[in-house]
Amino acid sequence: MAVLQFREAIREAIDEEMDRDESVFIMGEEVAEYNGAYKVTEGLLDKYGFKRVIDTPISELGFAGIGVGAAMNGLRPIVEFMTFNFAVLAADQIINHASKARYMLGGQLDVPIVFRGPNASAGQLGATHSVAYDSMYAQFPGMSVIYPSEPDDAKGLLKSAIRNNDTVLFMESEQMYGLKGEVSEEEDYIIPIGKAKIKREGDDVTIVASGKMYHIAKQAAEQLAKDGVEAEIIDPRTIKPFDIETVIKSVKKTNRCIVVDESHPFGGMAAEVGFLIQRDAFDYLDAPVRRVTLPDVSAPFSKPLFDLWMPNAKDIIQAVNAVTYRS
Amino acid sequence: MAKKQKEAFFTPIGIDTGQNGEIEKSVKLPEATKKTHKQLGLSDDDVVNMFEQMYLQRRFEERAMQMYQKGKFGGFLHLYIGQEAVSTGTVFAINDDDDIITAYRDHGWGLVRGVTPKEGMAELYGKATGCSKGKGGSMHFAKVENHFWGGYGIVGGHIPIGGGLAFANKYQQNNRIATCFLGDGAVDQGALHETLNMSQLWSLPCIYVVENNGYSMGTSTRRHTVGEIHERSKGYGMKSALFNGMDVFTVYENMKKIAEEVRKDSMPWFVEIRTYRYRGHSMSDPQKYRTKEELEEYQKTDPIQRLKTYLIDKKVSDKKNLEEIESRVEEQVLEAIDFAEESPFPEDEALFEDMYADEPFFHDKK
Repeated sequence: MAVLQFREAIREAIDEEMDRDESVFIMGEEVAEYNGAYKVTEGLLDKYGFKRVIDTPISELGFAGIGVGAAMNGLRPIVEFMTFNFAVLAADQIINHASKARYMLGGQLDVPIVFRGPNASAGQLGATHSVAYDSMYAQFPGMSVIYPSEPDDAKGLLKSAIRNNDTVLFMESEQMYGLKGEVSEEEDYIIPIGKAKIKREGDDVTIVASGKMYHIAKQAAEQLAKDGVEAEIIDPRTIKPFDIETVIKSVKKTNRCIVVDESHPFGGMAAEVGFLIQRDAFDYLDAPVRRVTLPDVSAPFSKPLFDLWMPNAKDIIQAVNAVTYRS
Repeated sequence: MAKKQKEAFFTPIGIDTGQNGEIEKSVKLPEATKKTHKQLGLSDDDVVNMFEQMYLQRRFEERAMQMYQKGKFGGFLHLYIGQEAVSTGTVFAINDDDDIITAYRDHGWGLVRGVTPKEGMAELYGKATGCSKGKGGSMHFAKVENHFWGGYGIVGGHIPIGGGLAFANKYQQNNRIATCFLGDGAVDQGALHETLNMSQLWSLPCIYVVENNGYSMGTSTRRHTVGEIHERSKGYGMKSALFNGMDVFTVYENMKKIAEEVRKDSMPWFVEIRTYRYRGHSMSDPQKYRTKEELEEYQKTDPIQRLKTYLIDKKVSDKKNLEEIESRVEEQVLEAIDFAEESPFPEDEALFEDMYADEPFFHDKK
C-alpha cells in the first residue's frame, strides 16, 4: 500500500488511463499550464502535451458539449469542472445530451465521457459555490454518479469511470484533495462502479454516508463507541447505481439507520434510501430512519451561520441517540 | 412637471408599426450562381440525382404531413419543405465520411444521408423499424454509420457537439471535417458563441452553417437578432460566407469550396445560407406572423422547380424522364407509409433497451 493524497490518487488514475489508451484526454479550466486549479493534473501537460491536456476558456456549456461530441466520435474525454457548482452552466450538455443521445437515437452511438471535479461546499464560499449535486444528477437515467470519500476508492473508481462506455459523473471535494490514505499498489487497480463498502462494522446502528460526509460519520462513530454504541458505516461510493442491498443487509442486522447526505433534504439520496429501507426492511426497523442533511436554505457566508448550516458529527450523534432512544 | 415618457417598446425600432401592406421579407436572398452544372464539375447523372433527392425530401414530408393530419402519429413535426437545396447541395459537396449534425428540422438531412424513406416514416410513426427504433421520433432522425449524427431537439444544444465531432476528427487526424447546421433562432444561443470561440482558438475543422429560413419559430429574423448573421463570426476572427439557399448549385459550389479549404487548413467557417420555410414552425403553427403574399413570393423561387426547369432547359433530362422519377419517388413514399403502418411498435422490453452501452442499471426496477 502506498500513502497518497486524494489528488495524487486521482492523478494516478488519469495518468495510467491516458498512458494505456491514446483516445483518453483531459480538458477543463486551468488543467494544463496552471497544472490544475487544485493541482490534480500537475505534470500531465509535461508528459502528454497540448494535444491531450487542454486548457479551456471559461465556457462550461461549450467545452462540455465539445467533450460530448468528441466522445460520440471515438474519443474518451475527461472533462474537468473547477467545481460542479459551475457545471450548472453545462447542465444542458450533461442532462439533455450526454445521458440521452444514445437512447433517443436508438443505440446508434455511445457517449463514453467522464465529467469530474469537486462537489458541494468547501467552507465559506457563499451560496453559489456550496451545493452538492450528486443527488440531483442521480435523478436522471443514463449516467453513473460517483462520490468517493477516500484516495483508494477514488483511484479504483476513476479508472473504472474512464473505461466505462457511458456517461459518468465523478465528484471530489476541494477539502479532501489533501487527505492522505492508503492506496492499493495493485497493477491496474479497478473498483467496480455501484458497489458500496462497509467501512466500519458495528451492530447498533447503520450510518450511510458518502464523500465528505463519510468523514464526519467516522468522527461521530468514534465518539459513539466511547459511549458503547457501535455504528456500522456504509460508504455507497457510487450514488447511482446505488447499492441498496448492502444497506438493507446492514439494517436487518442493526435495525436502525441514519442517512447522511450533503444535499438539501427534498428528494435527495437520503430521502431515496430512507424510502427503500422502509419498504424493504420495514419489519426490521426498531425506529424510523433518520437523515442528516443540509437545511432547505442556501449556504450562508458568515462563519457561525455556516457552521450551523453544515452537517457535523454532533448532528449525526443526535440522530443516532434518537433512533437508539438514548436522548 | 416631467415630460411625458414615450411608451416602452421591446421590439426593434422601425418595425413596431406592424403590417403596412407591403411584403416584409424576413430574409433577402443573395444572387444565385450563374455557373452551369458542368462548370461546377457535376455530371448529368449527378444533377438528375440531386433532383431526385430533393423531390424525395419534399414528397416524404408532404405525405408525412397528411398522415399527421389524419392522426396516424403524434409528437412534433417540423417540416423542412422549401429548404431542400441546402441539405442536398451540402451532401453532394462534402465527402461521404464527413460528419453532419443538425437541429430538429432533420428529415431532409436524414433522407439525403441514407435514412431510407421506410426507416424515416417508421420513425415518425414510432415503430420499431424506424431509424432510431422509434425512440427518437421526428426530431431525432440519425444514421450514424453514414456520419449523420442526428437531429437534436434543444435549440443550440447540438452546436458544441458539432465542434466536438470536429475536435475528434482533428485529434484522430482522419482527414474528415464536420458540418454543423443550425437555424437562425439558434444564433441567439450562448452555446454558439462559446463554440465559435473555441473552434477558432483550437482550429477545429468545422463548418457552422446557419440555415436562415426567416423565422425563429414565429419571430422573424429582423425581430430576434441584430445585424447580419454572417457577420457574427467577425468578432472571433472566423471566416464567413453568405449565399443563396434556394438554389442547389449555389449551395454546392460554396460548400465544396469551403469544405476543401477546411480540410486543407483545419480552420473553421461560419456560414449563413438564406432559405425559406414554406410551412409553419411545427404543425400547430397558425402562421399569423407572415403574409400569404410573402410565402407566395418565396415559393416562386422554389428550389425543386428551379432545378427541374434547368434540367429541361439545358436538355440534361426531359419532362418524361423527370416525371418518371417523380412517380418512382411517389411510389417509394407510399411504400414507406405502408411499411410504417404495417411495422410493429417496439416490444415492451425495448423501453429499457439502448440506455447504456455497458451493463445497464435502472434504479428500483423490479
